[in-house]
Amino acid sequence: MSESSVRPSGQTSGAPFETSSGRLRPGGRAWTRSTARAFQGAVGKMPWLTKICFLWLILVILAAALADLIPGLADPNYQGFVFGDGKTNEGPTASHWLGTDNVSRDILARLIYGARVSLIFAFSLVAAGIIIGGTLGSIAGYFRGPLETFLMALVDTWLSFPALIGLVFVTTMLGMRNLLVLVLVGSIFVWPSYTRIARATALSVSGQDFVTAARAIGTSRRQILVREIFPNVLPAMLAYSLVGLPVLIILESTLSFLGLGVEIPTASWGGMINQARQDLLINIWPAVWPAAMLFMTVYSFNNLADWVRKQAAARSAAI
Amino acid sequence: MQKMIVGRLTRLVVTVLVVSFVTFVGVNVLPGDPVNALIPIDAQQDREFVEQIREEWGLNDPMVVRYGRWLGDAVQGDLGRSLVTGQPVTDEITHRLPITLELMAVAVGFSLLIAVPLGAFSGYREGRRSDRLVSGLAQAGLSLPVFVTGLILIYVFALRLQWFPAVGWNRLSDGLGPNLKSVALPALSLAVTEIAVYTRVLRSDMIATLKENYILSARAKGLTDRFVLFRHGLRPSLLTLVTVVGLNIGFLIGGSLVIEYLFAIPGLGKRLFSAIQQRDFMMVQAITVLITVFYVIVNTATDLVYMVVDPRIRRTN
Amino acid sequence: MAISQEPVDTSTPSESMEGSEILRVEDLHTSFFLPIGELQAVRGVSFTLKRGQSLGIVGESGSGKTVLARSIMGLTLAKHVEISGKAFFNGRDLLTLSRREMRSLWGTEIAMIFQDPMTSLNPMVKIGRQVIEHLRQHKNVDRREAKQIALDLLNEVRIPEAESRIDRLPHELSGGMRQRVSIASALACEPSLLFADEPTTALDVTVQHQILNLLSREQRQRNMTMVLVTHDLGVIAGRTDETLVMYAGKVVEQAPTAEIFDNTQHPYTEALMRSIPRTSQPSHTPLAAITGRPPVATHLPKGCAFSPRCPYVQPRCHEEDPSLVSIGTSEHKAACWYPVGSDANREAFERNLSDRLPQTLAVAEALDADQGSETSADVPDGELT
Ligand SMILES: Nc1ncnc2c1ncn2[C@@H]1O[C@H](COP(=O)(O)OP(=O)(O)OP(=O)(O)O)[C@@H](O)[C@H]1O
Ligand code: SF4
Ligand SMILES: [Mg+2]
Repeated sequence: MSESSVRPSGQTSGAPFETSSGRLRPGGRAWTRSTARAFQGAVGKMPWLTKICFLWLILVILAAALADLIPGLADPNYQGFVFGDGKTNEGPTASHWLGTDNVSRDILARLIYGARVSLIFAFSLVAAGIIIGGTLGSIAGYFRGPLETFLMALVDTWLSFPALIGLVFVTTMLGMRNLLVLVLVGSIFVWPSYTRIARATALSVSGQDFVTAARAIGTSRRQILVREIFPNVLPAMLAYSLVGLPVLIILESTLSFLGLGVEIPTASWGGMINQARQDLLINIWPAVWPAAMLFMTVYSFNNLADWVRKQAAARSAAI
Repeated sequence: MQKMIVGRLTRLVVTVLVVSFVTFVGVNVLPGDPVNALIPIDAQQDREFVEQIREEWGLNDPMVVRYGRWLGDAVQGDLGRSLVTGQPVTDEITHRLPITLELMAVAVGFSLLIAVPLGAFSGYREGRRSDRLVSGLAQAGLSLPVFVTGLILIYVFALRLQWFPAVGWNRLSDGLGPNLKSVALPALSLAVTEIAVYTRVLRSDMIATLKENYILSARAKGLTDRFVLFRHGLRPSLLTLVTVVGLNIGFLIGGSLVIEYLFAIPGLGKRLFSAIQQRDFMMVQAITVLITVFYVIVNTATDLVYMVVDPRIRRTN
Repeated sequence: MAISQEPVDTSTPSESMEGSEILRVEDLHTSFFLPIGELQAVRGVSFTLKRGQSLGIVGESGSGKTVLARSIMGLTLAKHVEISGKAFFNGRDLLTLSRREMRSLWGTEIAMIFQDPMTSLNPMVKIGRQVIEHLRQHKNVDRREAKQIALDLLNEVRIPEAESRIDRLPHELSGGMRQRVSIASALACEPSLLFADEPTTALDVTVQHQILNLLSREQRQRNMTMVLVTHDLGVIAGRTDETLVMYAGKVVEQAPTAEIFDNTQHPYTEALMRSIPRTSQPSHTPLAAITGRPPVATHLPKGCAFSPRCPYVQPRCHEEDPSLVSIGTSEHKAACWYPVGSDANREAFERNLSDRLPQTLAVAEALDADQGSETSADVPDGELT
């Protein structure tokens, strides 16, 4: 139960972050530096739409990270009308650039703090997927044996149940829902697809010459796992993560929309839309803004992921 | 083929057992006492009464015993009674299942109707402007959460234009017209994502197929492009699509829960949602198992369809 | 839009008499523009074919045979391709025809058989259908008639139990049988020109002979013009009237087939000759009998393209590219500064031998090894089966 059951759009393998042909053994700092350079060059080559998407994502990430430091940004939970200094359903004004919602909170501030929830949720789950799935999958793919059989059967079973239903179930039963709880619950559902990919990659890496060579010079199996298998499984995980991020953002917003995301009054895009949908005919903007944010952010991730995949495909075709 | 079906059946049984057990444990381990679903809040302080109810519903037995009991009944087709309404769970399911099934079937059918020609055409015109347009739209469709799509459709077609109802459901017994009207917007909301996924999958397969030698040799026979595209290109390209349709059922089930919530449709998804909130664990248990069974069956069916589409598999088995 | 169904008026070739010109290719060039640079796959090929004649095009893998055939036929090769020159088919320059006009020729006037019978038939369509669809595209016949014609064709190409096989899928047939189906399909609309692009390369040796003999027989019986592409000189021996040897996109030797064998002029042809599989040796002698590899078409050497591998190479070869000129008879042309058999050639060989040039030494060694065993290639006689 994870994003692959949410949206299996195929094509998840391939290591888009490869810097040169046979980059199977990352060599520490030099590798990092050359990656950075390759990254710089890559941004320059993007089509204009992808560039815009990339810039948008940077903007959203920065705004979410630095929300508390943005000068003049309103308190996202301050209901001005209670204290007589704000109106509900207000249009754009100098103090509320995007207007206010039906309880007179500043929409822009809520959007930015909502981005924080979405992004923390998505990135944490990707990290959890890589750590849990990467470890389990690498072990399964390298050591094989009954452990692998058991693990993969578990993954298959897990994946045959829709993640969203499972999440709804657990989050409702828990009652208490802060971001940490959501991430912990979410990670129960992301690990299987990561495990599957990690195992497939580990399996193919295990057959490579350098693994055999390492074995021949007496490296222990555990060391091989850490030094040879993990580093080569990682690029595949990262590639998959880029596809997974937008799915996780949608997942978070859907939970919030159902009232099962972070507890109110904490701002989240899905929650904002749910709150605004009752008054669509009175004031549509409190729904339009978060919907637009959500769409643009998810679209940007998808666009970027597609571009990276195309680059990787073009590179492997050129070799 | 027989081997495959036996394998799938085993997998179905195992999956159902695991999922139902996990759900069972989940209901009992996670905070929130199911007994609360049975009694009014003001009576919950009455220790004796609570105990009596617990005993009556068998909530005091060890979990494994209760699970065994549930399983024994379930095998005989008795999924218990709702803790909230007291009605047999099976009754409610048979009442609501057709609604959800119709919603999903219409969504999938509609998606295929749009996505197959779109994906085939887009793959055929790879790299051209029309292909880039289709791919761009697919990417956008993929980026719209179902509830956003649903809201947009509600706003435009129900609230503004008032062509369709914004909420509620008319059963088929109420007449085909009203039924279709109530299924249109919800199914379309689900379909947007599906169309995007299907189109992308078919497009990339189509591109690969069109590079095959037999496409070239078909063209060398002087066959028209359209004939080559549909007769020789489409069928082999549909294989992955069939699998993806099956795998995507998981997404569709989750999506229909959201859509039923948004459109206030009395389907299974909405019932599951409310059952979870009411801690009506008999209901939760039953619907969860049903979903799992459904998912595995659909995927088995997918494999069967796969065989029909690909005669190579059919013959060799 | 390229999608259209209406057939285009096909100008049937005038009932021309035997021996009239059917195909004339003039200075054909085909280049692919790739990220790494221009790849010249075909570099100025010219030849003429008369009705009912057969032509063998021989060359190693990558020498541009397929690209040549497909360029003439106008079958799309890639997006980034550029073709120049002329290819007159019954007086009409194929390279100037629209896609629609070309399509009206494909399958009816010009047909093609592809290299790999495993992939050139649609794995999901019954073999009968693949012949029938071809017939019905061009001929005004109903389903039943088409099926009967298809059956006749399958019988003609000697598919045993054609009645039961007609409803089989390609993977249920052996490679040889599949290639027979391809041939049946290609012959379906009685084309006047048939390209057979390595029709037997993917097949067993014994099956190869059967298929080749079938092709020769059909070609003669139908008075069809045939271009037989192969990398094996043995395949064309006794089967084609003319031979064209290609190397790195160019014709290096051109002559009537018997003449090529009896009076080999070009060092490359000679090398190919040495690599013809012999019956005295259990398996194929690989083409590696020629030392080195064909040049990458993006980075051609200066001068003669064969110079890096030629046992007779002289300084001049590195400087000037020899052009295709008549040698002896006007029918026999070769592009070499030191044609095989000439005194200059012998001197060059001696010189290179004393310079211990690797490819020259390899040839000398091979010659030594051959002493005592058969000296000439075991050439199939091409009799009808
Ligand atoms: N679509 C294409 N795009 C780019 N280069 C191509 C393409 N088709 C062929 N080539 C190149 O053109 C050259 C000639 O290829 P061609 O297929 O004609 O060789 P061939 O003589 O038929 O060899 P083979 O015996 O392998 O069939 C090769 O270097 C090949 O890489
Ligand atoms: S002798 Fe010179 S010109 Fe002739 S083939 Fe050899 S290298 Fe080319
Ligand atoms: Mg070829």
